[in-house]
Order: sequence, then C-alpha cells, then structure tokens
Amino acid sequence: MLTFAMPKGRIFSEALSLLKQAGYDIPDDLEHSRKLMIDVPNEQLRFILAKPMDVVTYVEHGVADVGIAGKDVLLEEERDVYEMLDLRISPCYLAVAGLPNTRVHPIAPRVATKYPNIASTYFREQGEQVEIIKLNGSVELAPLIGLAERIVDIVSTGRTLKENGLVELERIVDVTSRFIVNPVSYRMQDRAIEQMVDRLTYAIEKAGECNEN
Amino acid sequence: MRVFMFEKPLGMRDTLPDVYKTKRALREAMMAEIETWGYSFIETPTLEYDETVGAASAILDQQLFKLLDREGHTLVLRPDMTSPIARLAASKLYKEGCPLRLAYAANVFRAQQREGGRPAEFEQVGVEYIGDGTMYADAEVISLMIFALKRAGLRDFTVTIGHIGYVDALFFDILRHEQRVETLRRFLYEKNYVGYREHVKSLPLSSIDRDRLLRILTLRGGEEVVAEAKAFATTEVERRAVDELELLWAHIDQYGVTDMVKLDMSLVSHMSYYTGVLFEVYAKNVGFLLGNGGRYDELLAKFHRPSPATGFSVRLDRLMEALGEGRNDEKKTCIIFSQERFAEAYAKAAEMRRKGEKVVLQQVSGIQDMDQFTASFDDVVYVLGKRGKDER
Repeated sequence: MLTFAMPKGRIFSEALSLLKQAGYDIPDDLEHSRKLMIDVPNEQLRFILAKPMDVVTYVEHGVADVGIAGKDVLLEEERDVYEMLDLRISPCYLAVAGLPNTRVHPIAPRVATKYPNIASTYFREQGEQVEIIKLNGSVELAPLIGLAERIVDIVSTGRTLKENGLVELERIVDVTSRFIVNPVSYRMQDRAIEQMVDRLTYAIEKAGECNEN
Repeated sequence: MRVFMFEKPLGMRDTLPDVYKTKRALREAMMAEIETWGYSFIETPTLEYDETVGAASAILDQQLFKLLDREGHTLVLRPDMTSPIARLAASKLYKEGCPLRLAYAANVFRAQQREGGRPAEFEQVGVEYIGDGTMYADAEVISLMIFALKRAGLRDFTVTIGHIGYVDALFFDILRHEQRVETLRRFLYEKNYVGYREHVKSLPLSSIDRDRLLRILTLRGGEEVVAEAKAFATTEVERRAVDELELLWAHIDQYGVTDMVKLDMSLVSHMSYYTGVLFEVYAKNVGFLLGNGGRYDELLAKFHRPSPATGFSVRLDRLMEALGEGRNDEKKTCIIFSQERFAEAYAKAAEMRRKGEKVVLQQVSGIQDMDQFTASFDDVVYVLGKRGKDER
C-alpha cells in the first residue's frame, strides 16, 4: 500500500483528473470530502490531503511515500525527495512584480513574498542584496500600502496583478506540478512506484496529445 | 518570564533509561558481529582541527559545529568518523602494516536545524577497511553491514549499490568538461530527475549520447543491470567500473546476501569523497537513509599517506526507529531494609547480583511514597524490623 500526499486547493482537481486518466479508480467523494485521510483499498492507495507547502514535508519524512507538489514549493523548501515526473499540470510561473515605474529603495530595497528562499536566492544571483519580508498570502497588497517596493509571487493569468495595478518586472522560473517520491520508498517499494510512474507517464503523454489537437 | 522547563540546545536529545537500553542492545549486537570479523574498535577525540579533519570531511562547511581554542585555532566537533580515522591511520597506525580493519561506535555532530526529526548529535556504528583496493574489500564491508544489521534484528531493509566512477566516466566522455559534469551530477545528487532529463535534452548532443545519458536513470535493479550496463559502456573507464560491479556481485553472492542488494548505476552520494563503489541502506518504517558507505581512495592522500580504503556507517537513532519500541523484558528486584538489618540485606543483594540479577538496595526511611516507589519493580523483598520478630 502506498500513501499518496495530495495538495489541497488549486492543483487538486487537475491532479485528480490526471490520476483518473492514468486509470486509477478513485471515488468521487475524494474531492468533496472533509476527511484528511482516505483509503482506496482496491487501488492499494491511501490519500492524505495536505496544504501544498506541506506535501513535500510529509514525503520527505516518509509518512507519505509519494506526492504531488508544485515546482515552486520544491524550490522553496529544498527537501530531499525524488522529483520523478513533470505532470505538466497547473502551469504558472514565479515573477517579480511591482507598481509601474517602481523605484527601488537605494539603501534597503524590500521584497515581500511567500517564497523567502527563492526570492533571496534569485536576487543574490542578480547581484542585488535585498531585504525579504515573509507574507502568507495576498502578497500584492505589499507594494500598494508601502510595505515593500517589489513582490515575488506566482503568476498564472496575471489577472490579480492587473486588478491591483501591478506590473510584472522579471520572470524568474516556470512552474508546473511534479510527482515526488520519498527516497526510502523509492527503494523499498520500487515495483509499486515504478508502476505508478509508468501509468502517470502514459497519462501525461495522452493529456499532451489532447492539448495539441 | 517564567521558565516552564529547562530546555536543551536545539537538536540535542536526552537518552532515558528505556531508550538507553534499546540503544545499547543494538550497539552491542552490531559490535559483536563486527568483532567476529576481526575488526578492532577505536575511539578518537570529539574535537578536531577544522583545517585537517574539518576540511577532509565530506560534510558541508555550514553543517559543522565550530569553536575556538585558547590559541585561536578553529576546532570542529567531529561531523563523521571517517576523516578522524583516516587521520589516525595515516599518522599512527601506518607502521602496523596494511590492510587495517578498524571499527567505531561514536557520536557525531551536525549543525542544528529548526525542524524536528533531525538531531544535531547522533551515534554511528561503522567500520573502515584501509589499504585494500580489491573488490574483496568492498564485498566484505557491504556484507558485514548486512550481517551486523541482521544481528541487530533488522529484517526489512535493502542496500543499493552504485559506482561513482561509472557516472563520472560516462559524463566526462560525453561532456568533456569538469564543470559540465558537475552540473549534471548535481541533478542526480539532488534526486531531480525532471531537471536532469530537461538539462540533457537542452544540451547540443548527438541522439546516441543523449540516450546514453538518459538511460542511466533506468539502469537499476538486480544482477541483470550489470549486463545491461556492460552492453552500453563505451569507454575503458566505464567498462572497468562495470567489471568491478560484476566482481563485487559475485563476491557478495559468496556471502549469500545478494537478496538484500540492488544496483543503481545513477546512484550519487551526498558524501563527495567517494571514488568507486558506493552504497546506501534503507529500512522500512524510517523515511530517511539508515546508513551508507563506499570506497574513498583519495582521502588518505589528504593526510599524506595515499591508500585505498572503504567503509560503512549506520545511524543508531534511525536503526532504533526502524526496529520500533524496545522490548523491556528485564526483571528488577528491590530489597527494602531498615538500618538494623543492613548487613543481612546487603548479603542477600550481593548473592542475587552475583547470579546476574538486577537488584536495588534501598533503606526504608529514604522512601517518601512507598506505593509509587515499589510500583516500578517486578519483585519487592522487605528486610525490616528487629531480626526474627516479624518477616515481610
């Protein structure tokens, strides 16, 4: 039996339909249930529903064997897990944004973000030293009320930025969801996991073909 | 501010009686097996110089505990046992003639981390086999690790073996540049197969070379991997590495433990000093690596005494986690005496102790709550009052 950590929220339904496409017989109540742990005995699977940021933690500690996590979370958390497959779902990207004609503070430029690790690495690579302010959501607010001049956040359609009068300044990295595996499960349950990887690979390719048509 | 409890520094753990007992039993089981293979146990200092042992260690600089001595030298709390033993072997034991078979059971230290489940101090049991470059040495070390873990009671575990020489040769043959080899190896080390595949596809390579790089991810499994890898090996170095693995498998087969072993040609370790065969061991019920090891033929040269060497180390804290709660089946007796019958009580205790029984000798007026105190013993004997007057 494999324990599968699923991210609640944005990615969830796309991940679920990919699993169904891969031929997994998953009950419909998984999507609407309030339970956090759901067994699917005929597939030898146990699902746990976690916050997207926490999926990598569950998988790294081995309480979940496999999971689905965004590349943004993997980059931010730097956990020791196998990144096996690009599921090519929930595409978006990380970007630097700010008000139009943003003027960076000459002494202490400030960046607000949910991703302090990614943001500080990115600016260091650009040769710029910035002060990071960690927020837990609604990051777009920060430049509007003067907490920071710039933000680093996920952009999928750009609507939230636009509606708040912000513009994208730099694109950092593209993000899609990944299939991740705990390093011990990768060895101890290699057959079951290999099978899952094969089925998911097939589903990803099929989904890719559909998109091209 | 009120103090709620006296806290320990981050990442430090106490070992309470039950855990201590389990830990000791596991350590002793592993040590007993290692000793029957003729290895000699040694100890090295907890503190070493940063310049020597700190620099030779494969543990990243930011993971070291550092402090200054009175002369201002930087010291490190030993982050592993391999580099201290290399120092010792190079400077002292060399005269005894090679090969050396050394073993240890010791605490090592890694920088504190905020998250739970990552102790900053933990015990490792391991061996170093110095001065023998043949595959017999690698096979002995791997098999000994398997035997020692089995003796400690572990059943459900697996050892994955790879060869860093193979990975390096393959990468260098195609990429022709150490920097580019390092970039690609990093993807494997970070277990980022998605990134690896994308990076390989982005390189300007022939389709043959691209396939060679992508195929390494699938070269894992049992003995059959040797034949597959052999068929794809193009350079002399690759072939030599595969030959070594073939020989290693045959030797391990002599020990009868190939059922615990798997091969993975893409295995890359977090320890950067490995030069050839390397391996990792995983167990059920623990999400993290149980132990690892490999050949480190260049480490002793850092102490001016070039010599081939190999070894393994197993983390005792994780072994304990893999085996679950310890079984506390020992019997303990308490003899409670009053002062006038101390001699009699002691004679009784001494006799029982001679037989190997565990006995607590307790003067009655030193007990504050009799019920609470006696509850922790399997048997209580009272030696109270004037002799002959009242028994029990």
